[in-house]
Amino acid sequence: METYYKPEDLPKFEEIGKEAPELARKFFEYYNAVFADGELTEREKALIALAVAHAVQCPYCIDAYTQACLEKGSNLAEMTEAIHVVTAIRGGASLVHGVQMRNIADKLSM
Amino acid sequence: MPVQATLIKAIQSSAERPQEIGSFKSTLSMHNLKLVRRCTNTLQINLGFLCNQTCRHCHLNAGPGRAENMDSDTLEEVVAYARRSHFETIDITGGAPELNPHLKHLIERVAPLTRRIMLRSNLSALKAKMNQLTKPLKSHRVKIVASFPSLNVTQTDSQRGDGIFEESIAMLQELNILGYGRHGTGLELDLVSNPTGAFLPPGQEQTEKRYRQVLENKWGVTFNHLFTFANVPIGRFRQWLIKTNNFETYMHKLISNFNPCAVEGLMCRTLVSVSWDGYLYDCDFNLARGLYLGGKKIHVSQMPGPPEPGTALTTADHCYTCTAGSGFT
Repeated sequence: METYYKPEDLPKFEEIGKEAPELARKFFEYYNAVFADGELTEREKALIALAVAHAVQCPYCIDAYTQACLEKGSNLAEMTEAIHVVTAIRGGASLVHGVQMRNIADKLSM
Repeated sequence: MPVQATLIKAIQSSAERPQEIGSFKSTLSMHNLKLVRRCTNTLQINLGFLCNQTCRHCHLNAGPGRAENMDSDTLEEVVAYARRSHFETIDITGGAPELNPHLKHLIERVAPLTRRIMLRSNLSALKAKMNQLTKPLKSHRVKIVASFPSLNVTQTDSQRGDGIFEESIAMLQELNILGYGRHGTGLELDLVSNPTGAFLPPGQEQTEKRYRQVLENKWGVTFNHLFTFANVPIGRFRQWLIKTNNFETYMHKLISNFNPCAVEGLMCRTLVSVSWDGYLYDCDFNLARGLYLGGKKIHVSQMPGPPEPGTALTTADHCYTCTAGSGFT
């Protein structure tokens, strides 16, 4: 079935540097620095990335960081909880806007 | 690390990229490397393929149905070889070596011949045999190297069988009570973690730190060191990889992570392995594949001493496992 997301496209990500190599170099250097061990471990950073990948709904990132999480020693329970964290924030972000809805409704209502 | 993002690496390895597997030997040549023996200081004794577990990553297809188990005659020939070869370390493995009726005798016979004895254990078999083994293990300060793949019950049991996680924790606690893995006792307890699927293991240092923290906080368990090893794509693990359509991607992962610097420290350079029937191999993985020491079928009784330094090691594609990333020794 035709789809915008083809697995064989994944390795082509490197090609993004062809037209703007300097920007790509800077981005990937920064990217590598972000994911290196720091105050947070590589494992913790991969869990954050996995959660964010679900929030931004990027299938490339979900694929990559599911593997990265497993290879950094995380398990499915931890990965599932990470997704719940981002889901809670995403849901909460919608729900908290209900305050605005209530403010407007209060102003307009008798 | 080259300027290549984690995402790119992860994406590349995740994509379906069937490719022809270049031979390990040609990869060594490409890097101007030769894999030859150094001074052989370790004798690994594989007591047989009998095991109480049927782990899905086992490179030997070990399990309860296997009849291959070292007999007392072969064991005496192995002891005689150890006597004339002066190995620093005797590394006992299986299957589940605890299920060989001669294990206690072997420990007692090789103890005066070597500085260090290691026993590779799946913990559940050891649990069943502790009545007989506690005394020889403690009195000869046998180091226990225990399989413990994950801190997670689901991951562990999916690799090793239902209920194994709980049994393993109980056995680790029992070993701690005996002094194993406790500071100042001289009784060493190391853990080995293999990935629970078709992916590479995490870094050793960070994983050891996390295991130490979690095992102590949750179960009061302490240990000396943790080693992370990749799964070797042979035996039952290979069958699983093929069945689940993961084989090519996994091999690609191993090959693309080839690290020439890891070749220097490979265990096969200082180890000789003897099988349950007394034949010699360069490592336990070659034993599983039937690839004899230096390509010749030699019985332990015919071997005058350790293999000569400088002799070539028999390699195959599974060798990519031990050179992936920072390497596994």
